[in-house]
Amino acid sequence: MTQLWDFAGGVHPAENKHQSTSRPIRRAGIPERLILPLQQHIGTPAEAIVSIGDRVLKGQKIAEVATGIGVPVHAPTSGTIEAIEQQQVPHPSGMADWCIILKPDGEDQWGERNPASDYHQLGRDEVLDRIRNAGISGMGGAGFPTDIKLRPPRDRKVETLILNGAECEPYITADDMTMRELADEVVAGMKVMAWILRPSRCVVGIEDNKPEAIEAMRKAVQGTQIEIAVVPTKYPSGGEKQLVQILTGLEVPSGGIPADIGVMCQNVGTAVAVSRAIFEGIPLISRVFTISGDAVQEPGNFDVLIGTPVSDLLAAAGLQADKLNRLVLGGPMMGYTLTTDQIPVIKTSNCVIAATRAELPAPPPEQPCIRCGECAEVCPMELLPQQLFWYSKATEFEKAEHLNLFDCIECGACSYVCPSSIPLVQYYRFAKGEIRTQRAEQLKSDRARERFEARQARLEREQQEKELRRKERAKAAAEAQAQKQAEAEQTVSQGDAVDNRDAKAALVQQALERKKAKAAQATESTQQAPTKPAEKPDIEALEKQLTQAEAKLNTMQTMLDDAKTQQADNVDKLERAVAKNHDRVVRAREALAEAHKLAGTESSPQLSE
Amino acid sequence: MALVQQTSPHARNARPTSRVMLWVMLATVPGLIAQTLFFGWGNLINVVWCVALALGSEAVILKLRDKPIAFFLKDNTAAVTGLLLGLSLPQFAPWWVSGIAVISAIVVAKQLYGGLGSNPFNPAMVGYALVLISFPVAMTTNWAQPATLWAGAPGFSETLATIFSASQTSIDAWTMATPLDEYKHKIATFTAAEVLQHPTFGDLVARGWEWVNLAFLAGGLVLIWLRIITWHIPVAFLGAIAVMSLAFGSNADQYAPLQLHLLAGGTMLGAFFIATDPVSAATSHQGKLIYGAGIGVLIYLIRTWGNYPDAVAFSVLLLNFAVPFIDHYTPPRTYGHHKARRGVPGKNGG
Repeated sequence: MTQLWDFAGGVHPAENKHQSTSRPIRRAGIPERLILPLQQHIGTPAEAIVSIGDRVLKGQKIAEVATGIGVPVHAPTSGTIEAIEQQQVPHPSGMADWCIILKPDGEDQWGERNPASDYHQLGRDEVLDRIRNAGISGMGGAGFPTDIKLRPPRDRKVETLILNGAECEPYITADDMTMRELADEVVAGMKVMAWILRPSRCVVGIEDNKPEAIEAMRKAVQGTQIEIAVVPTKYPSGGEKQLVQILTGLEVPSGGIPADIGVMCQNVGTAVAVSRAIFEGIPLISRVFTISGDAVQEPGNFDVLIGTPVSDLLAAAGLQADKLNRLVLGGPMMGYTLTTDQIPVIKTSNCVIAATRAELPAPPPEQPCIRCGECAEVCPMELLPQQLFWYSKATEFEKAEHLNLFDCIECGACSYVCPSSIPLVQYYRFAKGEIRTQRAEQLKSDRARERFEARQARLEREQQEKELRRKERAKAAAEAQAQKQAEAEQTVSQGDAVDNRDAKAALVQQALERKKAKAAQATESTQQAPTKPAEKPDIEALEKQLTQAEAKLNTMQTMLDDAKTQQADNVDKLERAVAKNHDRVVRAREALAEAHKLAGTESSPQLSE
Repeated sequence: MALVQQTSPHARNARPTSRVMLWVMLATVPGLIAQTLFFGWGNLINVVWCVALALGSEAVILKLRDKPIAFFLKDNTAAVTGLLLGLSLPQFAPWWVSGIAVISAIVVAKQLYGGLGSNPFNPAMVGYALVLISFPVAMTTNWAQPATLWAGAPGFSETLATIFSASQTSIDAWTMATPLDEYKHKIATFTAAEVLQHPTFGDLVARGWEWVNLAFLAGGLVLIWLRIITWHIPVAFLGAIAVMSLAFGSNADQYAPLQLHLLAGGTMLGAFFIATDPVSAATSHQGKLIYGAGIGVLIYLIRTWGNYPDAVAFSVLLLNFAVPFIDHYTPPRTYGHHKARRGVPGKNGG
C-alpha cells in the first residue's frame, strides 16, 4: 500500500460525475469548421505556415513556433484553409486571438506519419523532438510544452514521476473515462516519459471515487513498476502542489516547480498524447472532452477534434437551449463562464458544463466579512483568505503580498464555504493583476530612468570630451603662440639690452604700489568698526524704531486694558505681547542712547568719560 | 441566448451568516433555561428587551447610514449582540441600564465603527463595560438570588415590574452578591470553610451558577461540533484560568478556588460565546490560542487582584486591542514556505 499524506484544508463539493460516466467515450465527428488558435500553450504563439486556400492533410503541421518556447499546431483533419483571422478563443476575458480556420473536406485523409516501433533506439533527444513536433503541451489545463517540461534542469533529477489522474473538480470525467478506456495508452505514454526521465518511482494518483478507472489502470500496469495510488476524494487533491504533497509528503517550494524537489507531474491525457505521438506518429489533434450539466440530455465524454466549436458538442449531447443558463468551461470550482458557444475546444480544454439556473444558482448578495475563518480552515495552501480579502479590498497590496497572496492557487475553496457569499477568489485575482501591473510599470519606469540617466551621463561625457578637446586645442595654440613669441624675442633680445632696465623699473614700481594698497586696506578695516554706528542716519533710524516700538506698545496696552475690562480670553496673549513690546522699546532706547553717546564721542571727545 | 457571466467558483455550499448566528443563538438556549430555572425570569425578560432594542437601534442607525435595513437585520448579528447582553447583565438590572448597554453596543461599538465586520471591539462587551463603570451600584446589587434558596421567587410580572419601574422598589430581598463577589470580599477576613457557609455557594460550587455555566459549556460544545467556532479560543481561555489558579491561587483561604473561577460568573458564556466573536478575535489558530489565553490570564488577574469580581468584559476588550498586534505575529506557515512570514511588510524578513 502506498503511503499517503494529507494536505491542509480542502472541501467536498457535490461530485456530479455520474452523469457523464454512464456512456462510453463517443466520437464527436468532423464539424463543418475547425477553429484552431495559434496559441494553445504557454509561451510564444505559433505562426501559420500555410496560406488561405491551401489544402492540408490530416496531421499536417499548419503552424510552427520558430523561436522561443512553444509547440506547433496540426490539422485535425484534411481540408482547406478558409481563413486566418481573429476569433474568440477560450479565455476568461472572452478575448479574440489569431486562429486558422479549417474547412474539412470530409475525406479525413492522413498525411505522412512516422511511427516508431521501438523508441529506445531513437535516443532521448529524438523522442523529445517527436513529442514537440506532435504539438504536445500539458493537457491538464496549464498547457506548458511537454518536451520542455521533460527536460528539467541538469541539477534537478526527477526521482518521482506522478501521473495526475485525481481529477478532483466536480463534473469533469475526461481523465476518468480516459483511464477506463485507454489505460494501455496511458501506461505506454507514462513509460516513454519514465524512460526519458529515469525516475526511481512512478506513481499514478487517482481519487477513490473512480473505482472503474483504478481497476483498469491496475490491470494496465501489471508487470511494470508503476504504482497506482488511490487518494481520498477531497478537492483540490488534483492540484499539482496538493497531489505532490499527498503522494510524497513534500511541498513544492513557493515560487518553485516540483522538479525542485525531484518530482514531476504529468496529466493522464498528456500521457495518451505522448503514446500516440511516439507509437502511431499521430500529433495532438484530438482529446477527450466532457459535456455535462442539466441542460444537456445526454451528458458524456467525446473524442473531440481540436478546434471543434463547443456548439457542435452541445448539439451532439442534446442541448435544451431553453434550460441553459450558464456555460462553464472547466469545472464548477475553477472554470470560467463563456459568453458564446462558438468557442473551440483546444488542447487544454477538458469540460463544458451546460448548467441550468437551479443547478448553479446565482450567489446571494455579498455581505460583510465577519472573519469567521471558514475560508482559512479549507485553504489548501494554508493562507489567511480573510486577511488577503481585507487587504485586497483596501488595495493594501504590499500587505497582501506579505501574506503570500501569490501562493494562492485560486482553487475557490474559500469562496465555496464563505457564509457572507464573498467572491474571494475574484478579489485575489484583482489584487494579483494590480500588483503585476504595478510591477510592470515599475519596471518600465526603472528602465526609463536608467535610459535617462544613461543619456545624461553620455551627454555629460560628450561635453567633457568636447571641453577637453577645446582645452587641448587652446593649449596647442598657446604653445604655438609662445614658441612663436620666444622665437621672436630671441631674435630681438640679441641686439637690445637697454629695454631690460626699463622693465625692471616697472616691476619695482608695481611692487611698491601693491604694498601701498595693502597698507591702505589695513587702516580702513581698523577704522571701520567705531565709525559706522556713529553715522547720523543711524541715529535717525533708531529714533524711528523707538517711536514705532512705543506706538505699538501703546496700542497693545490699550488692547490689553480693553480685554481686561471685557474679561476676554486673549488677556494672557496680550499680556505677553505687551511685555514683549515693552522689552523692544527698552532695547530701542538703549540702542539710541548708545548711538547718541558714540555720536557725542566723535564730536566732543571730552564728554565721553 | 443570454448566458450568465459569473466568476468561479460556480458551486457554493456555505452556511449563510444568518444561519450561523441563528445557531449561536440556539446554542445559548440551555444556558438561558438554566438561568431562568435558577434565577427567575430576569434573564429572559432582559434577553427579550435587549434583542428588541438591538434590532430597533440597528434599524435606526442603518437608516441614518443609508444602508439597506432588512438586508442587514436579517443577518441576525444585532440579535446576537442583544442576546449576549441579556444573558450577561444582572437579572434585575433596570431597563435603562440594559438599554444604554444595548444602544452603545449597537450604535457606537458596532455601527459607528463601520457596521458588521468592521468593529474592532466586541460590541456586547463595550456595552457591558460601559454600564459596569457608569452604574456600578445597579450592576452589582441586582443579581438575583438562586431561586431554590428562596421560597417566594418573584413571579414574571413582579420581575417585569421591577425591571421596568421608574424607581426600583426594594428588591433587596430578591438579590444577593454573586459568588465571586462574595468570596472575594469575605476571604480577607474569613477562612474558606466559613465563606462557603454562605447560601450563595450551595452544596456544589456556586448554587445555580454552576448549572448555568455547565449549560453554556454544553451549548459551546455544540458550536464546536457544528464547526461554527473552533476549539482554540475556549480551550486557551479556560486553560489559562486553570493554570493561573493552580499556579497562584491554590490556597483556598486566600484566593477563590479553581472550580469557582470556572463555574461561577460569566466564565463559560465568555469562553464559548463572547471571546469567540470572530470579528473582534484573532485570526489564525496560533493567534486564537494567544488571544484566548490572554483573556483567561487577565480574567484571573482582575478577579483576584483587581477591583471587579468578574472580568470577562474588560479582559475581552483589552485583548481586542491586541488583536491586530497578535495577527501580525501569528500568521500560519503557508504551503511551500519554510516558516511563517511574521511581522509587517518590510520588517522581519518581509
